[in-house]
Amino acid sequence: MWPSVCKPWLFQRHCVVISKVCVQQLHSSSSGFADTCYNGLYPGHIPTTPIQRALLAVGSGVAALRDPYRHDMVAVLGETTGHLALINLRERMRNDPEGYTILTERPRIRLSTLDLSKMASLPDGSFGREYLRFLEDNHVTPDSRADVKFVDNEELAYVMQRYREVHDLLHTLLGMPTNMLGEVAVKWFEAAQTGLPMCALGAVLGPLRLNASRLQSLFTSLGPWALQNGRQARCVLSIFYERRWEQNLEDLRQELNIQPPPLILSASNKRST
Amino acid sequence: MAAPMRLLVRRVIRLSHRNIHVSAAGASGRSGCCWGTSPCRCFSDDRNTHFGFETVPEAEKAKRVYKVFENVAQKYDVMNDAMSLGIHRLWKDTLLHVMHPQPGARLLDVGGGTGDIAFRFLEYVCSQQERQKRRATRSMQTPSWQDISNNYSTEDEDGPRESRAVVCDINKEMLKVGKQKADSMGIGAGLSWVVGDAEELPFDDDQFDIYTIAFGIRNVTHIDQALQEALRVLKPGGRFMCLEFSKVTNPVLARLYDAYSFQMIPVLGEVIAGDWKSYQYLVESIRKFPDQEEFKHMIEDAGFYCVQYYNFTGGVVALHSGFKL
Repeated sequence: MWPSVCKPWLFQRHCVVISKVCVQQLHSSSSGFADTCYNGLYPGHIPTTPIQRALLAVGSGVAALRDPYRHDMVAVLGETTGHLALINLRERMRNDPEGYTILTERPRIRLSTLDLSKMASLPDGSFGREYLRFLEDNHVTPDSRADVKFVDNEELAYVMQRYREVHDLLHTLLGMPTNMLGEVAVKWFEAAQTGLPMCALGAVLGPLRLNASRLQSLFTSLGPWALQNGRQARCVLSIFYERRWEQNLEDLRQELNIQPPPLILSASNKRST
Repeated sequence: MAAPMRLLVRRVIRLSHRNIHVSAAGASGRSGCCWGTSPCRCFSDDRNTHFGFETVPEAEKAKRVYKVFENVAQKYDVMNDAMSLGIHRLWKDTLLHVMHPQPGARLLDVGGGTGDIAFRFLEYVCSQQERQKRRATRSMQTPSWQDISNNYSTEDEDGPRESRAVVCDINKEMLKVGKQKADSMGIGAGLSWVVGDAEELPFDDDQFDIYTIAFGIRNVTHIDQALQEALRVLKPGGRFMCLEFSKVTNPVLARLYDAYSFQMIPVLGEVIAGDWKSYQYLVESIRKFPDQEEFKHMIEDAGFYCVQYYNFTGGVVALHSGFKL
């Protein structure tokens, strides 16, 4: 009977998983006890079988296409299809000294870890000040990123989470607002940089929702710029942004080998695709 | 007497089964890790039960079940259709056919949150009533003057017997969704919505003709208490009907069903409702529920007579029925 076959296998897997979790619980001192009551490799982890992952990939793809505002489905699609790309990203991070530091220290970008008043007092043109300006102008917050659920390796799950949290910082680095055109431009950059299938899908399908004039600016100037910079730039996940708030934005762009945007897009033309 | 001894023996067997389940789950390490939150509680309240494949303190189960249904309430009906490919409608229709309620019957639907059974009940008695009226008028095509004058006098006092359906659920979100459905369908007459716990119903004794619980009883912490409450609130001659997922007898179908349950349903839950864990709980709780025969014995132990069950879809769902005499 399937359950009697399935259960021991599931339990065995969970035994291994639980022993890892127990070790982590002994070592972790942060996050409340409620957080440590989880059934996986990391908080929010849901272990899945290959069949389930395949079904999830298909289902979330369909759901995301039908309703692009279902960010959770886009996230799930990214997690279930991104295994190879995540391994690739992790290798690049390991080979970079700063990226290696990030993998060991595991910083998280959330409002609680940012010192907003200090960042507001930084001079204009500094990375921290521009990031804050971006958050205010576009009315977004770094806390709206969904947690990773379906990646079955704890380090890769962190890489995925880092990718999500770095997304807003990328907007600042590239000077792109959060309207449709800006998002598509960032997606093209990310697709070229990370190779995540979800980014590639977003890059292909995003332009379908743009009007003619924006499509033109995408294909003639923004698009090629984004792709080229995505390929030539340093791995954006390997930058310890939390220690570079004071750095000048232009300096940071040069260091990362990112050219400034060819078009200045303002945050005010949202919702007019 | 033989009956109480049998009751006692069965209780002992059930308790020992429960302990086996507990120790099996404990060996996997799940319980030890997750529920070490309050070690003192472990010592004082060590009565555990199952929540899916997890072992949890009994006090915890009701809360967690409440959370599950609070989360899924909005998408409950859509998910039912997706998971059962619409077949759940046939199961519920068959329940009504077996029930065959007559106009004037009073129904209590426990765990009936979104109102599927209650709506079907009201529709059924409505159509029954119309059929009876038609039969009556057909047989009275040429009434005598005496008959006509009798009709005028009796029409008001013994009007069409009002059938009433009470939907009782412990979860307010589910009731809210049910009420919205009723409003949009325009059903209001004869329907009430009550918040209540199946283990402790807020009704007097001997109130209802029919008690139904559809896909709810496996979420109750103490099933025997729910059965005893059912016995209490039913009138003598009242019928207890329980629709619930059960054991599939055919081994090939069972494998397919298990594969479908464990691989497909949580994925559907994540994609449609954005909630994997609630649907994981659902498929696990089905496996923990007693099979047809054992549940039949539990119903008999509670004091019901003429207990029988019908298997639907090869045993995926079973309808258990018993009478209070």
